[in-house]
Amino acid sequence: MKLLRELTGNAFDFAGTVGGVTLFLGRLLGQIPRALLRPSLIVAQVHNTGALSLVIIMTCALFVGAVLGLLGYDTLLRFGSEDALGTVGALGLVKELGPVVTALLYAGRAGTALASELGLMRATDQLTAMEMMAVDPMRRVVAPRFLGGLIAMPLLTVIFIAIGIFGVQLVGVQNFGVDSASFWSQMRASVELNDVAEGVIKGCVFGFACNLIAVYEGYTAHPTAEGVGRATTRTVVISAVLTLMLDYMITAVML
Amino acid sequence: MVSAVSTPASSAQSAAVTESLIEIRDVHYSVGGRSIFSGLNLSIPRGRITALMGPSGTGKTTLLRLITGQIKPTRGQITFDGIDVSSLKTKELYALRRRMGMLFQNGALLTDMDVFENVAFPLREHTDLPEPLIRNVVLTKLQAVGLRGAARLMPSELSGGMNRRVALARTMATDPEVLIYDEPFTGLDPISMGMIVRLVRHMNNALGITSIVVSHDVKELTELSDTSYIIAAGKVAASGELKDLKGHQSDIVNQFVNGLPDGPVPFHYPAADYRQQLLADSE
Amino acid sequence: MQATRTVEISTGLFVLLGFAALFFMVTQITNRDLTVDGASYDVTAQFENIGSLKPGAAVSMAGVTVGRVDSITFDQNVYKAVVKMRIASNFNRIPNDSDAAIMTSGLLGGQYIGITAGGSEEFLKNGDRIELVQDALVLENLINQLVASFMGRRDENNSGGNSGGESGEGAQTKTEEAKQ
Repeated sequence: MKLLRELTGNAFDFAGTVGGVTLFLGRLLGQIPRALLRPSLIVAQVHNTGALSLVIIMTCALFVGAVLGLLGYDTLLRFGSEDALGTVGALGLVKELGPVVTALLYAGRAGTALASELGLMRATDQLTAMEMMAVDPMRRVVAPRFLGGLIAMPLLTVIFIAIGIFGVQLVGVQNFGVDSASFWSQMRASVELNDVAEGVIKGCVFGFACNLIAVYEGYTAHPTAEGVGRATTRTVVISAVLTLMLDYMITAVML
Repeated sequence: MVSAVSTPASSAQSAAVTESLIEIRDVHYSVGGRSIFSGLNLSIPRGRITALMGPSGTGKTTLLRLITGQIKPTRGQITFDGIDVSSLKTKELYALRRRMGMLFQNGALLTDMDVFENVAFPLREHTDLPEPLIRNVVLTKLQAVGLRGAARLMPSELSGGMNRRVALARTMATDPEVLIYDEPFTGLDPISMGMIVRLVRHMNNALGITSIVVSHDVKELTELSDTSYIIAAGKVAASGELKDLKGHQSDIVNQFVNGLPDGPVPFHYPAADYRQQLLADSE
Repeated sequence: MQATRTVEISTGLFVLLGFAALFFMVTQITNRDLTVDGASYDVTAQFENIGSLKPGAAVSMAGVTVGRVDSITFDQNVYKAVVKMRIASNFNRIPNDSDAAIMTSGLLGGQYIGITAGGSEEFLKNGDRIELVQDALVLENLINQLVASFMGRRDENNSGGNSGGESGEGAQTKTEEAKQ
């Protein structure tokens, strides 16, 4: 009985949170047109979320690609189809690994940065001070961060994919001696524009989700040190779960 | 700036109508089932320094939020210069807030900008002033608080007192009619405190700004404030000049003003009988 | 707040890098020549079974891509799939008795149409139909044939006939073609 009450209590909490996020999103979208009038703020945020994440994204991409190359080569070797390594690597990265891993890394690096920045501004009354100075913090602080992140995510995704393929090539061709020509030609023959589109769309959708969660958690964090910490943890957890759920849905639709 | 032009006219008009800038009439406010205010009545006189005091948790910050329109009272009315604050829509509320300035307890400077940019912030957001003019205004305000030389420092490099002075300069940038100080003396050394006191006085004398100071500091406020309100148990417990309140008949006012450790606000948190608890075998 | 010069430059580089990666992905790793540019002419062929042939698949002769599958529709009158192929105009000497077969590229690859030249002196023109076709190989049918041929051989060995052997060979040849 207590369990049931807990579950329904949590269900209402959940519904409340969903409602809260939706209303927040509504306010945010409403402020976007005016936020676009200050491109310098958005550029600064693209830098904050995107350019500063490049190192982690590119490094991880290289290793993910390399591992994919290793695993792919080993597996395909058993069927005598090592030439298909290009196909396997590219399709795996473009459709799944690229968007999903990028989103998870993004949530961990940029998402937490956004959440903690906004949470700290909340805790030190900076957001309230802005409201008192008749400046809407949604327009001045939240919207530029959201837009900056929205632009950064798909770019990071494609960079991840490209570097990842390079990583596959490094291991497969340079290391294991897979024929370079077949590597690329088989890839070209099997990867279609649709697949690339799917990867980019996933990047955009995950970007929307992860950025929304990060700014929401930061903005609504409890104005204490503990609250900020909790907000950043929740950002990573919820972003990860939501990303994987959306991944399943998009893959199912686009298959 | 814009408000500087309007202030003399409006105060000349309203002086005939009312002496008080902000009126709080029979305000009730509760949150989460707990009643914070039940019939609060006070008025903030124009051009004077008014102190708002009370024991911890009486809702002084809540009162400020009611005045600035961040929250609405469940009953009662709050008027600013005759305008009912809770009836305003967002745009009008923002316009009203431009006439007020609020100094937060921790300064609340924007941490990603330097001192100059912080003070210039309201000007950049609300006016289209050319850059040289903004520069002059900012430097003037910083000069008034004695921090013109610190214009290029970042907020993290400032001490607590300097932080608050910059925040004061920032609120002054748009020449508000009212300045609200939320616990301006907390955590300052005597020198910095002296500076803030002097600045509050100066703003009031030189510029005729109505000042509301929320604080615990009875000693400083005794010299500083013209009138004061002591708020306890959701109502105004006492009002008047602070030095007159030292011998007030109300117990809670007496305890507060004289800093007595025990009284209506008890020393001991409610607990079971001491002897019984000690003698009990288990908790 | 103004973005400083460094921030602007690094953001610009980031965005450029992103677009470079996208460009790389679109051009280097996908099918190029999804359509036949320049002058081309259309021919059709009707198949009983197109397998997994898709629009955009290659049309090749002797292993060289000469065109693309433009569209695939179903004709309800003859109950066959009608495949429309777009062939580049410079390949205008394809005999009109050539054979169009649906082949599989590699073991796991996609399907494409391979045209084997016939002997006619007249060539395919725009709107012509290729009469001789070979449908896609359906694995189930292949297996059935193989099984049937083994059964036939066994019966043969028991009874001494020869008909099972031929169909067995026929199935063998087709399997070899599929492996190309």
